[in-house]
Formats: sequence, structure tokens, C-alpha cells
Amino acid sequence: MSFPWAKQYTPTTEFGQWMDKQLPLPRFIYNSVGAGYPAPRNLNYMWNFGSLAGLFLVVQIVTGVILAMHYAANANIAFDSVEHIMRDVNSGWMIRYAHANGASFFFIAIYLHIGRGLFYGSYKAPREMLWLLGVVIYLLAMATAFMGYVLPWGQMSFWGAKVITGLFEAIPLVGKPIQELLLGGFAPDNAALNRFFSLHYLLPFVIVGVVIMHIWALHIPGSNNPTGVDVKGPQDTVPFHPYYTAKDGWTIGLALIFFTALMFFLPNALGHADNYIPANPLSTPAHIVPEWYFWPWYAILRAFTFDFLFIPAKLLGVLAMFSAILVWFFLPWLDKSPVRSGSFRPKFKIFFVILVIDVLVLGYCGGAPAEEPFVMISQLAAAYYFAHFLIILPLLSSLEKPEPLPNSITESVTGKPLKTAS
Amino acid sequence: MVRIIGILIGLFFSGWLLVSFGMGAKEYITNPPAETAEHEFHREAKDISFSSDGPLGKFDRQQLQRGFQVYKEVCSACHSLRHVAFRNLEEIGYNEDEVKAIAANWAIQTPDIDPATGEMSLRPSLPADKFPKPFANNVAAAAANNNAIPPDLSLITKAREGGAPYVYSLLTGYMDPPANLPDANQPGPGLHYNPYFANLNLAMAPPLAADDMVSYSDETNATIEQMAEDVSAFLIWTAEPKLEERHQTGWAVLAFLLIATILAYLSYRTIWADVKAEKKKKTADA
Repeated sequence: MSFPWAKQYTPTTEFGQWMDKQLPLPRFIYNSVGAGYPAPRNLNYMWNFGSLAGLFLVVQIVTGVILAMHYAANANIAFDSVEHIMRDVNSGWMIRYAHANGASFFFIAIYLHIGRGLFYGSYKAPREMLWLLGVVIYLLAMATAFMGYVLPWGQMSFWGAKVITGLFEAIPLVGKPIQELLLGGFAPDNAALNRFFSLHYLLPFVIVGVVIMHIWALHIPGSNNPTGVDVKGPQDTVPFHPYYTAKDGWTIGLALIFFTALMFFLPNALGHADNYIPANPLSTPAHIVPEWYFWPWYAILRAFTFDFLFIPAKLLGVLAMFSAILVWFFLPWLDKSPVRSGSFRPKFKIFFVILVIDVLVLGYCGGAPAEEPFVMISQLAAAYYFAHFLIILPLLSSLEKPEPLPNSITESVTGKPLKTAS
Repeated sequence: MVRIIGILIGLFFSGWLLVSFGMGAKEYITNPPAETAEHEFHREAKDISFSSDGPLGKFDRQQLQRGFQVYKEVCSACHSLRHVAFRNLEEIGYNEDEVKAIAANWAIQTPDIDPATGEMSLRPSLPADKFPKPFANNVAAAAANNNAIPPDLSLITKAREGGAPYVYSLLTGYMDPPANLPDANQPGPGLHYNPYFANLNLAMAPPLAADDMVSYSDETNATIEQMAEDVSAFLIWTAEPKLEERHQTGWAVLAFLLIATILAYLSYRTIWADVKAEKKKKTADA
């Protein structure tokens, strides 16, 4: 579906007409990211992180495919094959540093993209499916990133794999078999490394598939916008191309500047020194921490320090950690406020700022050693996290009085009322 | 319905977290965690800079050669350098003949199979060989070193928090244990006190025990600090041999991206000019 005033694709060349009859691929592109897709005219820079996440997904796939040509998924030589890439493969160091830091930039983009959706109510009707697919992409990306970090077979790879698969052990009855199935054995070894490599190569393409559905689902209602008000007429929109291709284009350049500055001048800043030590099952690192993008969830996992009746603390932590993300699946039905944009919700705005700070605090505690006072701080922060999504948002939608909404996007931008289409 | 279930789950998680916080805080106040000696006596790496630091950093090849000499004459007796090949030494300024000579005269020979008999044998190294290991395996290494396995040094400056300054601090940081060090943390037999090491005592005896352990051909005064600094610089190179290439490529990429981004920004401004003009009018009207 598109708006009735969307530009129509008309092939001008003979080849274009022939192509349009046999395989209308140019028409498809034109209608999805070309002039045939009208997008709200008032999108701010928070709307740029979707295309940036897509950019870094492509960076990851391209660099990853090249790395796989030189990497050996065998516990005896995996570590050395990574060093071979760093030293002997032409520009191998560049490809590997791009891949390692590209993962971080993918998550930076995806977190800002999720944050945008949370603030502007992009998960609300009629975009629930779009949001649900986004959460699926995030879950797949987490699994992919986790398995990717295991592949260099350094100390943090090995112990990270041990700790994360060990979480499943906490599940009653089926936990142990699940853990053994994931690892292909009782502890991380060659079988685990091989299946992680296989899945690490597979899942990005699954992500691409879900991304296509995510964009498809976006094109049915069209983009949300900072006012949260529906598009009402042609004046409210601009064609995606050239307006948003140009806007995305220059922010892609900007993002690549940050990305390359990091990968060329501080390539190991976001990594962990222990992962340059080959995996050693007999020597446990002093602090086992995952990559930074998992820190908030890791803090929630470790915040549960006391058993609840017959439920052990570890199982509570695992349940809470998964619930912290799974709660996003229910968000469209937890927050019933009819107003989408947080800009017009005075109380929501305050709670949203607290949530952002809260997640940053959780992230900091997740990266810190499991000592006091970090555990106590994570307990308070995790309590707010669950309260925000499960208690505050459901109650707020009934209690809050939103500010008046603009009549249209055009009115909010130009101050003049929208001329209704004749 | 979703909201009611949600509120109940939220009350459970948040409630139990607050109860856990309360119990943890009570424990923290009534029974505060004692500071460990490892924490109290441990020191952060000394502040020392290397020519390869920063985005403009380059190796000082003279220093790398001095550092290589320290590795060759001191460290290589116990520490392997398994990711580095003799041929790589050309990158730090040795010529082909010098590399051939270094490889052929290396104190430890390269294990191989005798082409005549098929038996295990040792032969002089070639430039294509990696540095041979001083011990045949970890068991031999542990047996010869008071049960501690000397770590491979190829990646050591990337494999330790603090990097090269940490390596430098460790090499120059040996001292007598302070008087107030608890008995439990006193160095046991075969251990040596060094506050830069995470648990304060390590098995490695001070490797650079006296000045002039090596005699530099470039007349540099071989003090302990100088040797430690040189070998740390050498180990930055072994861990990251492509560092200079990386810095140079980085500047070229940034220059290209900067120009491309400015052009992209200008075309963005041009394309949006009409839409922005309409918005500007609003501000002017108001």
C-alpha cells in the first residue's frame, strides 16, 4: 500500500519497459526506497539509525564472508588462524578490525533505533507487526554477536560460551540437555566451536530475511514521525528519493567517519585484553564479562542474589534477563495511550529519560566486577527497568493527560493548516 | 488482560529486586567487605609513552632492534614468540642477509623431520620459520620454571590490561615486600614481589636484574629502564606489526570520508532547500 499521491513508476527507455513487463525489479526499488515512497516531511535525525543499522549489517556480512575464507573453525587452530589473518593475509587486519568494531556500531545504531521507537511510540497501532519484527531482529543479532565472539577462541570466547550456555542449566528438567545440545558436549570444545561458526554464518542471512519483512511491514502504514500524527495529505510527505536518500547518505558518511576513526586508531578499545590469550579450560579469567552491548542484560542476570521460595536465584536471574527483552513483544499492548509521540506526553517524557539513564547505569554495572556496590545499584536499576515497562507504562496510559496534538504534520512544520486535498 | 498480567509480573520482579537490595544493603552495612591486600597493594601501570602511541604513532626502528636484542639475549631463554617469523625482522630494519644469519644462529633450532631417515630432528632455522619455542611443550616449560608456564610474548602487549606500559612496569617493578604486607601475601618460595602483578607475587625472577645485561651496538646506555622500555616497544611491534600501515590507511580513509561527507551534506542541503524555506517562513511569521 502507499498513499494515493505517490509518484508512479514510468519506465522511459525501451529496455526499462521490457524489464518492467518481465521482472518489475526497478519498479519495486522505486516504490520501496525511491521516489514512489512518500515519507513524512518532518522526520528528525533519530530516523536515520534504521538505514545505519542496515549499513553495518552489510559491513558485517561483507567482512564476515571474507574472514570466513581465511578462518579455521577448529579448536586447535582457530586462535592461530585469526592471528594469521592479522599478520599474513593481505589487509586481513583491516577486515578483522572492521568486523570486530562493526558489530559494536551495528548495536549502537540498533539501540538508538529502538530508543527512537520507544520515545515516539513507533510500536503502537498500526505498526505492531513492524515493532515485533524489529524485536526478532534484535534477538537474532544478539545470538549472532554472541556466537561470533566465541570464534577467535580466546579466553573470553571460551569462558563467555561457558557462562552463557551455563545459563540454560538453570532451567529445571530440560536445562542440562539444552545446554549439552547447544555445546555438542559437556563443555565448550570443538563441537561447540563448529556449530557456532555454522550458525554465525547462517543467522545474518536470516536477519536479512527478517529485515526485508521489517521494511515490508513499514511500507504498509508508512513511517511514523516526531509528532506521531498520521499523514493526512500530500503536503505532509516528501518522496523518499531524493529527500531521504540524501539525508541518509550524508549521515552514512558521518557514521563511517566515527567507525573508521575507531577501527583504525583504537581498534581494541571495545574489546577485552583476555581475548588475546588462547582459550584455556584450566584457567578462569578474573572477570568474565560479555561485550559492552550485553552489559545491561548481564547486570539484570547478576542482580538476583537471593532464592525466592523454591526458585533458585540463578533461575530467577535467567528468567528476568530473558523477560527484560521479551517484554518488548508485549509493549504495544502494555502502553495503551492513544498518543504516539512522547513529545506530547508530559509524564511519559520524564519516565523515558529515567529509563535511558537507568539502562546506562545497568550497562555500567554489567561491565563492572560482580562486587558491591555494583550489585546493589543493579538491583535498584533492574527494579526500575521492570517497573517502567510492566507497571508505569500500563498505568500511565490511563492516568496521564496528554498535551493537544497538532492537526497535521504540515501545520506543525509550517504553522499553516493543511489544505485538504481536493 | 495483558496489562494485568504485566503488572503482576512487574510487581514480582521489581519487588523481589528491592527485597534483595534491602538484604544486600543490610549485609553490606553490618558486614562490609574487607579490602583485599591484592587490591590495596596493587599499582596501576607506570605512565610511559612510546613512539607508536596515538593516531600519528610510528615505530622507532632503532629502538625495536634494541628491544629485539633484549628479547634474544634475555627473554627468549624462557618465552616463546610463536606468531612471529624470522622473515618479519626485515620489517624492523634488518636486511635479508642479517635475517638469514639471525635465523641460522638462533640458540634453539627448529624441529623438523630428517629427510634421510624420517626421524625427528633439529635443523638451523630459515627466515620462513617462526621463532622456535624454548621448551618442547607446556609440561617441560612448567618443570623448568617452578611450575609456572612462561607465557608466549607475541601478543602480550594486547593480552594484558595496560598494554606495553604494563609490561614495562612489571619488568622494572620488582621490589622488597612492604613491611605492612599481610603474611598471606608474602612471596612464597620461588615467588617474587611485584606490585604491578595482579596477585602481587609472580614466579618470574627479575629478568632485567642489572644494568648492561646486553651491550647495545648503537651505544645506547643499557640501563634496566632502557632495556625494559626497548623490549616493551619491541613487543608492541610483535603484537601489532601492521600498526604503521593501520595509522596511514586510517588517515587516508578519514580524508576521503571527510570530503565525501561534506559533498553529501551539501547535496542534502540543496535537495531540502525548498522544504526548509517553507519552514523558515514559519519562523519568520512567528
